[in-house]
Amino acid sequence: MTKLSAIRPLRPASRMNVWAVISKTFLHAFLICLGIVVIYPLIWMALNGFKNNAQIFGNPFALPIGWSWANYVQAWNQGVRDYVSVSLLVTVASGLCTVLVSAWTAFGLTRTKMPAKPLVVGFVLGGLMLSPTVAVIPLVRMMQALGLYNTYWALIILYTAFRVPFSTFLIRAYMLDLSRDLDEAAVMDGASEGQIFWRITLPLCRPIVVSCVILHVLFAWNEYLFAMIFSSGVGAQTLPVGLTSIMATHGTNYAEVFAAMTISALPIVIVFFAAQRYFIRGLSDGIGK
Amino acid sequence: MAVTGVNSGAVTYGAATGQGASGTPRSRLRNLLSFRWVAVAVILIGWFVYYPIVDNFIVSTTDQDIFTGEVSDVGLANYDRLLHDPVVWTSLWNNSLYAVISIVFQVFGAFLLAAIIEGLGSERLRRFWRAIYFVPSAISITVTGLLFYFIYQPEIGLLDAALRSVGLDALVKPWLGDPKTAIYAIIAMSQWQGFGYSTLLFAIAIQKIPRELYDAAIIDGAGPSRRLWSITFPLTREMTGLMIIITITGAFQVFNEVMVMTAGGPNNSSQVLGTWLYQQGFIENNFGYGAAIAGVIFVVTMVTGIAQLLYTRRRRVQF
Repeated sequence: MTKLSAIRPLRPASRMNVWAVISKTFLHAFLICLGIVVIYPLIWMALNGFKNNAQIFGNPFALPIGWSWANYVQAWNQGVRDYVSVSLLVTVASGLCTVLVSAWTAFGLTRTKMPAKPLVVGFVLGGLMLSPTVAVIPLVRMMQALGLYNTYWALIILYTAFRVPFSTFLIRAYMLDLSRDLDEAAVMDGASEGQIFWRITLPLCRPIVVSCVILHVLFAWNEYLFAMIFSSGVGAQTLPVGLTSIMATHGTNYAEVFAAMTISALPIVIVFFAAQRYFIRGLSDGIGK
Repeated sequence: MAVTGVNSGAVTYGAATGQGASGTPRSRLRNLLSFRWVAVAVILIGWFVYYPIVDNFIVSTTDQDIFTGEVSDVGLANYDRLLHDPVVWTSLWNNSLYAVISIVFQVFGAFLLAAIIEGLGSERLRRFWRAIYFVPSAISITVTGLLFYFIYQPEIGLLDAALRSVGLDALVKPWLGDPKTAIYAIIAMSQWQGFGYSTLLFAIAIQKIPRELYDAAIIDGAGPSRRLWSITFPLTREMTGLMIIITITGAFQVFNEVMVMTAGGPNNSSQVLGTWLYQQGFIENNFGYGAAIAGVIFVVTMVTGIAQLLYTRRRRVQF
């Protein structure tokens, strides 16, 4: 609280000092306690992956006796590897589709003289208001009819369809603020719309595109409702669904479940810390959602 | 503010296609061709986002078995059943609890926390706390749900062990196994996971308040709490309103954590609309009835969605 020092001349100096020190100490203690409540369960999860069942049933606050990776290796080999690869595939494929389709759409909505543009904007962004939960029963019938039920294609399509409105919203707002000078110069030189999109607009939008990708990764890696309903078949399970099925099949081997949970949480935490800047931009631009 | 209404798309920017007088057949054709940019999105969204909502209402007036495929038209019988289904009322109550508790912690609690963090002297400390508190929000709710499933377990869990270690043995219980506490235990997990996210958003809003306002208040002798209520709170009011609406919308769509931690049990005491929909539609194969429950979620989220739209359209705080 540096601001407090500025008040000092207005009040008796000694009293102010005491209060400032007390409140400062109290605030820091509060932040630290809250930080422990937030982080300790996650550390406990990772530590339990190093224990065996007997230790897990012992004192929950104790550190593991040895640092054996056996549970992690076993979890990885008994399914987590497959779940990770499906999750990776679905996340990357739906992420690419989402960003590409959204950038096209945003370009069309900001750089062309399309008729009925407000209507199209309303249609695309209106998708933000519709929740996946409400659509899930009809979607099952639809995916069954298309023969995509229990495949990861269903997830790729649905993640794209349900995330395009949000990404379009972000990219469109960014494009509206972009200067059009370069576009006009390119038109003078005879560039087509397609060339303008690929060579000028898209590269200029790189910051917001990166934010969209990060937010999409967070969404797709963690999504559970669609994943559970559309990919419960063997070989199509994403990580969140796989975790619950590990829980169902190896549920008695707690240590292995903890190891699997840690493996599934770690990549996204790393992505978050590595890409924090883009993440926060995406969130702050997207709060209108 | 970063809040952008959905309504500002009416402006036409014609720089890229601006040559040639508009109105000639050629330029009209070119304008129509611009639809190719939005075609994929419109088809995808129309097909997989809008159409299912319409279809859901059609399904909700039928009784259908997914395995035999037999469909019978039952009119509004499923909605009538909703009104007399005690679990629907339990679910609505639990969803509302979710909303209220989340507003307390994830809107007002997060606002206070963000104000405390943004009041810290060092930028490194501010960044550190924002990131630490956000970590659970980055992790899959399946993982955090499973984690707290274990934390709440009497034999191996942290919570009961912690209570015992401070002598509160009387409070020790299977938190998720007791119909009285199950939904509260789930909601508590959700607060743990979500408050860092809203704290981050409030922190971003607070950062946008011009420093001069605080400097002027300090010169006038305003203490920290006075500055909080006279500057920070009113100038982030818009964010607060928006967060309340988003929180309510989220509370009525809750599914994952309840599914992972209790699947609605024990005795349906922790059911929410989402899990009851799943139970009816996918476990008991009452597609029609499940669709009617989905209809309730649709109505609630539509109301909050329109509220949000109207809210973001209003004039914003200008600095």
